[in-house]
Amino acid sequence: MSSIPHLPALRKGQPYESLDKVEVKDHRTGEVMATVSQVNAGILRRDLNRIGEARQALRKFTVDQLIAISAKAGELFSEGTLPLGDKGHTQTVQQYTETLSRTSGLPHAMVKRNIAKVADALFNMRTVLNGLTRGLDTSVIDIGFGEQAGCPVSYYPTTNALGLVMPSNSPAVNSLWLPAIALKTPVIIKPGREEPWTPFRLIQAFIAAGAPAEAFGFYPTDHEGSGEVMKICGRALIFGDANTVAQYKDNPKYECHGPGFSKILIGADEIERWPEFIDLIAGSISDNGGRSCINASAVVVPKYGKEIADALAKTLGPVAPTSPDDPEAKLSGFANPKMAEFIDGAIENGLKEPGAEDITAKYRGGPRKAERDGGVYMRPTIVLCDSFKHTLSNKEYLCPYASVVEVPQADMLAQIGPSLVVTAITKDPRFIEQLLESPLIERLNIGPISTMRISWNQPHEGNMFEFLYKRRSIEVAQN
Amino acid sequence: MTAQDRLEAHLKEIIQWHFSPETGCQFWLDWAKKNFDPRQEIKSMEDMKKFPHFQDEWLRDLQPEVWVPAAYKGKPFNIFETGGTTGMPKQRIGWEDYKTDYSEFSTKISDEHFPPGGAWLMMGPTGPRRLRLAIEHLANVRGSSCYFIDLDPRFVKKLISNKQFDVARQYMDHVVDQAAIILKHRKVSGLFTTPKLLEALAEKVDVYEAGIRGVFCGGTTMAPQYVRFIVEEVLEGRIGFYPTYGNTLMGLAASVPLQKEDNYSITYYAPQPRAVLRVVKPDDTKVTVDYDTWGRVELTTLTKEFFMPRFLERDEALRRKPRAPYEWDGVAEVRPFGAMENKIVEGVY
Repeated sequence: MSSIPHLPALRKGQPYESLDKVEVKDHRTGEVMATVSQVNAGILRRDLNRIGEARQALRKFTVDQLIAISAKAGELFSEGTLPLGDKGHTQTVQQYTETLSRTSGLPHAMVKRNIAKVADALFNMRTVLNGLTRGLDTSVIDIGFGEQAGCPVSYYPTTNALGLVMPSNSPAVNSLWLPAIALKTPVIIKPGREEPWTPFRLIQAFIAAGAPAEAFGFYPTDHEGSGEVMKICGRALIFGDANTVAQYKDNPKYECHGPGFSKILIGADEIERWPEFIDLIAGSISDNGGRSCINASAVVVPKYGKEIADALAKTLGPVAPTSPDDPEAKLSGFANPKMAEFIDGAIENGLKEPGAEDITAKYRGGPRKAERDGGVYMRPTIVLCDSFKHTLSNKEYLCPYASVVEVPQADMLAQIGPSLVVTAITKDPRFIEQLLESPLIERLNIGPISTMRISWNQPHEGNMFEFLYKRRSIEVAQN
Repeated sequence: MTAQDRLEAHLKEIIQWHFSPETGCQFWLDWAKKNFDPRQEIKSMEDMKKFPHFQDEWLRDLQPEVWVPAAYKGKPFNIFETGGTTGMPKQRIGWEDYKTDYSEFSTKISDEHFPPGGAWLMMGPTGPRRLRLAIEHLANVRGSSCYFIDLDPRFVKKLISNKQFDVARQYMDHVVDQAAIILKHRKVSGLFTTPKLLEALAEKVDVYEAGIRGVFCGGTTMAPQYVRFIVEEVLEGRIGFYPTYGNTLMGLAASVPLQKEDNYSITYYAPQPRAVLRVVKPDDTKVTVDYDTWGRVELTTLTKEFFMPRFLERDEALRRKPRAPYEWDGVAEVRPFGAMENKIVEGVY
């Protein structure tokens, strides 16, 4: 057996070893952790032309059976030993944690939190589906029609497969596609280049739990292949920066997960209490290494901007890279050091524009881009901006980064722009009413709630059931 | 007599031909006056390194008549153009060379895959390229006729450079649709096309069921995994696959049939002694790289119609050892020079 695992492509669950392989490496030492087979767009096109067979394999199960399989998969994913590739290797959850940490730069503690989030979604699939379908009886999906709240209902699938062009930044994003299996929709996954581990392990967990292998496509591929996944699957999720998602965002076939530009707003009624909220704000900015789209990237306050920025900087500024197994680790390394260089350069360029100050600089005691044991990290950065017109005021980076901007409460909603999560610390009924009316906010937390807190039965970004099924009117003759 | 002996003898004959006032062309006779007389200096292939690299501008900037050997004066010539994207393309003139190349190639393809008398279809660049006449000649040599679907590669390259991917796709579909119609209404057993067009055609038509038994493919990079995909999935292991490497300036380098140990790595062998391929160090082109090592492809063409010493192709390849039936070096996994460092527009090629 080769000492290095090989992750094959999975074509309707069947391993395919390509002659083209890429290496996934330890971000600090460069040690090869696995080779991953790459397939060309032609293979995807040929397989996706026959994807209907994969859906048939899932249709043999009831939703309830698939919910049970999901729960079992959650157990195996978070605790079990599962196959790793096609050369006889296996992987315990500890090995998964260490390997993912070594290639992605996420410290063990964050990987474990991500595992818990993913497993939680699997364990609670019934609750998730209940939230997504607003309490629809699962037999309606099995049979195709039934009743809800005394009304006849019928749903039909919008696609034979859900395409997924995954990122490498955070394993928990995989929880977004998990309901698709219980909803009888095969998945076609193009994994992130540096993070093939989580989707592969999830697929193995599902198969070991009794899901049909045909329901899973795992296709490491190039840009053209990603385009085919997006084009051919009737529905697809894509993750990427603003440029990547821009071309897809107005098409209902696609659900785009780009920058979240999540924010914390403090109302005029609560601003005098700002010192009480500093830990919550700092956590919203820096939890999960600041890599999530639900991390706050701007703090909007009616006054005390300078003081709040200083307090956040005092909390976050000293945070430095630690060893990956430090349970208190707060920063993630960069699998691609050029990304850290790019972010650092972008912030520095922004600071040249008058009206912004890096408040963390004085508490950092060193450069923003830091190295430890061969790994490259970005230390937290809090920038005080004089307005939302400043380049750095509404930016999102893959590290703990946020701007603090003073804006009168009356102008906040007109200036913040689209925001995935908004935590509004206020009790002002008029302001709450305005927040509830705002079409710019995907998820709204009212009160001191971390932007990182989300609930699986309330999707913060799109609704997988409404994405994969469409309602039709129906009448069925009684005789 | 070894292949090398035959090559050396052929070289002397060709040098004598092109640099003698009675038979040579204006360009080379003028060149010899300004540089050296190859008839005195070039006695072996090793001596060919005394020539500088052939400049492709010569084929763009000069009128084609300067390349007419004295012995061919008064005989109208064919004018063939190379790929090109914008501006003046390279032009090469010729009379019988393309027929010779393709007649020779006919002996390398099996009757099982290209049954004599069975019709051919060419789907690819026709226009001013010698490929169109060459494929028709090949079909004719085998007692067959050929249908043609044109594809203008310059237009495709332009579309892709301009990021007009949708239009490129529409154009490709337009080309493939025409081929699908021919296959539906006519009996065709042999197909010449590029790998990308073959892939697109096979997504529309079951090519085996349509009657195709052999595919002769050329014109682009075919990395091992892609070859495997074509052989195993596009052609489903049921249709003969003949990848070739060639161009207007060289002729046609055939590949040896794949063996298990090749792992789908295709090696091409030049039609020596009419053309010689070397894989050279890019920064020291007099040095041939070691076997199984990447280098830039250098082409020398040695026919009575055309003499072209040491032309540096825009390709790189692995140098391979001789392999039966060829007694000279091969070039493998040919790809655009610098493909690993730069994004190269290959379009539908």
